[in-house]
Amino acid sequence: MSLARVLVPVKRTVDYAVKIRVKPDNTGVETKNVKMSTNPFDEIAVEEAVKLKEKGLVKEVVAVTIGPKDAAEILRKLMAVGVDRSIHIETDEDLQPLAVAKVLKKVVEKENSDLVLLGKQAIDDDSCQTGQLLGGLLNWPQASFASEVNVEGGKAIVKREIDGGLETVSVQLPAVISADLRLNTPRYAKLKDIMAARKMTIDTSSLADWGVDTTPRFDVVSVQDPPTRAGGVKVESVQELVQKLKNDGVL
Amino acid sequence: MHRLRTLGVAPVRRQTQARVYSVRPALTSFSEEENLLRAEVARFADQVVRPKVREMDEKAEYDADVLRQCFEQGYMGIETPGELQGSGMSFVSSCIVIEEMAKVDPSVSLIIDIQNTLINTALRKWGTPEQQEQWLPKLATDTVGSFALSEWGSGSDAFSMKTTAVKGDGVYKLNGSKAWISSSKHAGFFLVMANVDPSQGYKGVTAFLVDAKNPGIKVGKEEDKLGMRASSTCEVILTDCIVSEKDVLGQVGKGYKIAIESLNEGRIGIGAQMLGLAQGAFEQTLPYITKRNQFGRPITSFQGMQFDIAKLATDIEAAKLLVYNAARLREEGKPFVQEASIAKLYASQMAERVATKCVEMMGGVGFTKEFPIEKFYRDCKIGQIYEGTTNIQYQTIAKSVLKAYE
Repeated sequence: MSLARVLVPVKRTVDYAVKIRVKPDNTGVETKNVKMSTNPFDEIAVEEAVKLKEKGLVKEVVAVTIGPKDAAEILRKLMAVGVDRSIHIETDEDLQPLAVAKVLKKVVEKENSDLVLLGKQAIDDDSCQTGQLLGGLLNWPQASFASEVNVEGGKAIVKREIDGGLETVSVQLPAVISADLRLNTPRYAKLKDIMAARKMTIDTSSLADWGVDTTPRFDVVSVQDPPTRAGGVKVESVQELVQKLKNDGVL
Repeated sequence: MHRLRTLGVAPVRRQTQARVYSVRPALTSFSEEENLLRAEVARFADQVVRPKVREMDEKAEYDADVLRQCFEQGYMGIETPGELQGSGMSFVSSCIVIEEMAKVDPSVSLIIDIQNTLINTALRKWGTPEQQEQWLPKLATDTVGSFALSEWGSGSDAFSMKTTAVKGDGVYKLNGSKAWISSSKHAGFFLVMANVDPSQGYKGVTAFLVDAKNPGIKVGKEEDKLGMRASSTCEVILTDCIVSEKDVLGQVGKGYKIAIESLNEGRIGIGAQMLGLAQGAFEQTLPYITKRNQFGRPITSFQGMQFDIAKLATDIEAAKLLVYNAARLREEGKPFVQEASIAKLYASQMAERVATKCVEMMGGVGFTKEFPIEKFYRDCKIGQIYEGTTNIQYQTIAKSVLKAYE
């Protein structure tokens, strides 16, 4: 029995290759005129959803993004790699994970999704909360940091990357699964699919239409550069290394 | 007015019409799918091609997997319509693919350039529906095409070629030897120029579609080259090569026109390749030189280096505008021959200036194979030679300028 719909929430973040600069007033990171792309972990989630569709385990892959007008840019490319339909919820507000999870809950309910697949965290704020909060709000089981996903008989068998190694869990569907780095390697959009994606639908609505309380629950007090790394020292021998470690009180 | 004032009535000011300008996009403003295309090709080139670049150059061989994936991604049939297995995109899209690939490996960019701007385009423009159906899908999915025009005795003087095509009963028999033919070792298909009537000079030159499996066509000696080494550059020998008269592309005796018009357009592709090469060299030099410290500071904090950086950035920008403007003119269906020639001329010379300077700025490591810069220096030289030498471009441009004064 195949699942009807997979929802893949995706976020438009600063491109991973860009050198991040902290704003002079320390309120955040500079995003003006900076190259933006799809959060890499969300790309991996999309790839997994498309793979499930290719295996016949899923009928439709729907992507959703919440963000300013430009955020829709990322949706076109995702539709070129296999997303069937996308939703763009427009807002200029900077939403925190709980607010995002609340909006996504409404989307899940409207779309009647059977599975939510999303990146484990966004590379701009590294919150790593949205998936888990969404699972909680929906009262669905969740499997985070997935490095392998198999769907069979109304369950998802997920290998999770944890500090000690790999853990395999079985979750009853519907569920929330968050993608980790080694889950897959996202494909490249073929040229003809880029052309086909031009005609595909993006449903646009404004955040207000969804009737969710998005009041921030915490304040970002300051954002700072990490301290500059002091140069290291090369040692000539193991004895010298041991001596230095002893001198520094480490041994 | 005066009378109105004496009556105590203020004159009505005539309202000026708000001027409405339609804002035209900059040459470097691309459409949403062109930007998406560029980003995807850049990513592919970086992740799939880049790890193999040095090996392909050393072995003077394309990596089979890289070529296969270029076909899979649709890079070998960019403008071919979807119904014929192509990607259904535009000429500017071809230039974008060629440019982005050249930033990583100008050799891989070359095979894509030839396939699209010379082979596919010739078939689309002059091919019969049968010929298009026979070849375009193959060229888009798994078959490399090769453009066989030059000979040992005829480079710039292309139409003094000695390869002949003798007419028989519903067939032509081709005999001769082509030289410096790119992609020939990999080709499953050749577009061969031969003369059906040497007494007519260039008016006898005819274009023939030749399957590589034809027993009368053989790839000969491969050149051991300074640069573009992964691209195969070989002799192509025709010995009593029999083709059907149905394999004539366009009209008999009109091959010179096909060659000239194909090259006029193909030049823009070479411009894009040279543009990519220069940017590739520059963009791989900057991260190194900004971290390289001498005399207690990054070398880029010295004015001399900064002036060089500014000159290179200016040179690249100029070439970019020339290439893309020529490409857009061609897409618009406007005359573009002069602009295409200027773009190729400038971009190829600029690529040499940039690549040379990048080797210098890198210092000692710029001269070693461990860094990618020396390859760009070797690869750039052919830009001023193939698809019309620099001197040929000068002639083309001068002829075009002077036409208005004849």
